[in-house]
Amino acid sequence: MIEFVLDGRSKVNTYMQLVQQVKQALRVGLLKPGDQLPKVRDAAQSLVINPNTVLKAYRELELEGLAEGRPGVGTFVVRTLAGASLANQAELREDLVAWLRRALAAGLSDDDVVALVDTTIRATRADRAQHAQPQPQPQPQPW
Amino acid sequence: MAWTARVTLRWRPSSWARSTARIGPRIWALRNCSFRLPPGRIAALVGLNGAGKSTLLHLAVGLLEPDVGTVRIFGAAPFDGFETAHASILADIGFVAQDTPLYADFTAAELLTMGSKLNRRWDGTLARMRLAQLGIPPDRQVGKLSGGQRAQVALALALAKHPRLLLLDEPVASLDPLARREFLQALIGSVAETGTTVLLSSHLLADLERICDFLIVLNDGAVQLAGEVDVLVADHRQLIGPRDPGEHIQGVATVVRASNTDRQSTLLVRTDGPVTDPAWTVHDVSVEDLILGYLAQTRPQGSHTAWGVTA
Repeated sequence: MIEFVLDGRSKVNTYMQLVQQVKQALRVGLLKPGDQLPKVRDAAQSLVINPNTVLKAYRELELEGLAEGRPGVGTFVVRTLAGASLANQAELREDLVAWLRRALAAGLSDDDVVALVDTTIRATRADRAQHAQPQPQPQPQPW
Repeated sequence: MAWTARVTLRWRPSSWARSTARIGPRIWALRNCSFRLPPGRIAALVGLNGAGKSTLLHLAVGLLEPDVGTVRIFGAAPFDGFETAHASILADIGFVAQDTPLYADFTAAELLTMGSKLNRRWDGTLARMRLAQLGIPPDRQVGKLSGGQRAQVALALALAKHPRLLLLDEPVASLDPLARREFLQALIGSVAETGTTVLLSSHLLADLERICDFLIVLNDGAVQLAGEVDVLVADHRQLIGPRDPGEHIQGVATVVRASNTDRQSTLLVRTDGPVTDPAWTVHDVSVEDLILGYLAQTRPQGSHTAWGVTA
């Protein structure tokens, strides 16, 4: 079971923050198919938010095929976002930690790192799209 | 004292007299107050002090009788003298009045007993469970409890009726931050379980923004704005641009509030389409921006002459 946390200063809608948090948990394997999401009442009560906001987030997850409501029981995860990449994540994370240490030693701040990652992702994506031009992919790889 | 408005009316003549004086023949305490609150909502009732929030809530529980017009709750009038219809509709309404008045000499257990004798529908087990969970002593006079504990007792009493509509008049205004949070958590937990419709008056906009999905803005005794929070937020925008020449802007239905410097205008507007005029920078609004914009509309502009100072 995960516990929801809200960022009060975020411009993102409360319900969207909940959706994003579940997706994040699915990506890193913290939530797996079959896991139950917090009960609407519990989530609303602990965050001091409208129960309908939690319901709206769960409905969104259901629409995206990630969760399923079982009447009288609760809402359960039915699909993961981790995919086959999850197995590689631990190793990749180790590489990333090593890289971050080097970035820190080189004098990069957190913001510098985020900016660098951001631009690199975009550049790589553009590069890949160019290579793939003979057979254009209908949808870009979601990040 | 919601669980028996009839008793409250007789036993608290001072508040009754004061309230009727306000809706005297010359000054309208409330007018143009039509709104429909869909079931299952947690609605915020906001307005400046004296806007008529308490009067509206008192009308809804039959503590006041409208001079003109009608109040309908679930299709029945809450003020019907002492007719049976009156009693039955009041059984469906829970009320937590401002500063959560309780009989200070009674213990929480005695108040529960009283509630069980005065109400046809009464879930004493639920109320005892709630108060036990919160660690509230059953045998101490409620006058000697902390403000937060007293508020919790008042809420437990109101919820023990299993009301379909729960009205709360500034329930957390005098509570410390932790007691306020605990009170709202108790309220939300109960609403999530029962689906009770809630109308809550408060000045604490940050709380309301998180909790409420319906908004009613009361200004000078009239309903100025009422609707779903999501819809209202989506309909309004803040525009920043060159000093407004007062011309119509494409996509703007009404200008709610404008503030001007010598070269810039900031407008809170209600839109009826996308605002594409490149002269204006368009920003989304928060619930708080929205409420403040509407409330500030009626503020007097300044009294420099009266004070003998220059603007």
